[in-house]
Amino acid sequence: MSALLLRDLRLALRAGGGAATVLLFYLAVVVAMPFAIGPNAQLLATVGGATLWIGALLASLLGLERLFQADREDGSLDAMLVARVPLALQVFTKGLAHWLVTGLPLALVCPLFALFLNLDGTTTLATMATLFVGTPALSFMGAAGSALTVSLPRGGLLLSVLVLPLCIPVLIFGVGAVRAATTEPDPFLPPFLLVSAISLFFAVLGPFAGALALRQGRE
Amino acid sequence: MELHAQNITVLRGEDVIIEDLSLSVTRGRAIVLRGANGAGKSTLLRALAGLLPLAGGTLTHHDHTGEFADIPLEHLCHYLGTDNAMKPAMTVAENLTFWRGFDGRPHLHVDEALDMVGLDGLQAVPFAHLSTGQRRRIAICRLLVSYRPVWLLDEPTSGLDAASERQFNDLMAAHLEDDGLIIAATHVPLDLADAQTVVIGDEPYDVDGSA
Repeated sequence: MSALLLRDLRLALRAGGGAATVLLFYLAVVVAMPFAIGPNAQLLATVGGATLWIGALLASLLGLERLFQADREDGSLDAMLVARVPLALQVFTKGLAHWLVTGLPLALVCPLFALFLNLDGTTTLATMATLFVGTPALSFMGAAGSALTVSLPRGGLLLSVLVLPLCIPVLIFGVGAVRAATTEPDPFLPPFLLVSAISLFFAVLGPFAGALALRQGRE
Repeated sequence: MELHAQNITVLRGEDVIIEDLSLSVTRGRAIVLRGANGAGKSTLLRALAGLLPLAGGTLTHHDHTGEFADIPLEHLCHYLGTDNAMKPAMTVAENLTFWRGFDGRPHLHVDEALDMVGLDGLQAVPFAHLSTGQRRRIAICRLLVSYRPVWLLDEPTSGLDAASERQFNDLMAAHLEDDGLIIAATHVPLDLADAQTVVIGDEPYDVDGSA
C-alpha cells in the first residue's frame, strides 16, 4: 500500500503530474471572482468563504479523471486487479494520494488566496479548517466516481456530473461552518463536525464503491 | 502446483468467445495457445487471470506442497498483457521497485532482473525514453522481480528482436524448471520443451505456420 502511495505521489509531483496545475486553477477561479462580483470589499468578504470553497471543489475535480484512467491505459490496472492488496485498499490509497496532492495544498494556500478576497482572520482560519476536513470527502467520493467512469471515453465530464451533486452536503456544511464562525449566535462546531463526519463516511464508503465499480468494469 | 480449467465459457458483452473449453497444466509445463486473430486467445488469458468473469465452468488449482493451496488463483498469476504496465514518467528502477513491492513475494533484485534481460545500466533512465523492444524487456522483468508460479503471457515477444526472443525463451525455461507454469498466446514458435499446443477457435489453424 505504501508502495502505491509513494508511486502516485511521485507521479503527481513530477513534471506533467498536475499538482501545480491544480493550485494554478484554484488561483484562477479565486482571482476571477472579484472581477465578476465587483470591487465591493464588504460584499467580497461576505462571499469570500463560499468562493474559496467553490474553487476548491472545482480544482479537486481536475485530477480525478486520470486517477484510474492512466493506470488503465498503460496496463497497470490489470496488474492492480490481480494484486494481493485488496482492491478497496488500493482505491483508498489512490484517494489518499489525490488528497495529499490536491486537497491538502488547497487548504494550505487558502490563507494566501483569502487576501485577494479581503477576508478577516477568523473567516480565513475557519475556511482553512473546513477545507482541511472537507476535501478528503471530495477525493474519496471522486475516487469512486473515477473508478466508475474509467472505461468511458470523455469519462471526465460524466465524472463531474456524477460527483458534483454528491459534494453538495460537504459544500453546505463547509460554507455553513465558515459563516457560523463569524456570525455571533451560530455555533461553529456542529457544521464543522458534520463536514468531518461526511469525510470519514466517504473515506470508508468511497473505496468499497470504487472497488466494486472496478470489478464490475473488468473487460 | 496444477491448474485446471473445466468447461469454461467466457463472454464479451453478449458474444460467446470461449465455449466449453477445458485445459490443464501442471508444474514445469507450458501451454501455447494458438489461433487466428480474434479467436479468443487474449480473452481466455484474461479469464484465467481473473480479469474477466467466467460465464460457466470452473477454474481450480491444487498444490501438493500446500504452499499455494489456500491462495486465490488470481494472486498466483503474473499477467503480461499487450500493455507493459509501466509509468512513462518514472525511471526503470522506480517502476520495477514499485512492482516488486506491490506484487508481493519479492524474488530477484531489480539489478539482477535487468541483468537477466540484458538491460543492466538502464536503471536511472525514464521508461518513456526506451525503445519498444526495451520496454517489452522491462515489462518481462516484472515477472522476475516478484515470484508468482503461473505466468499468463499475451504475445510476450512482440517487439523483441531475435536475440531477445532467445533470451526470453531461456527465462521461460528457467521458470518452468523452477516449478512454474506458463500459458502463452503467441504466433511465434516458442522453443519450450514439452509445450502442449491448444488451438482456440473454430477456424482451421495450421499449427506450424500461420492461419
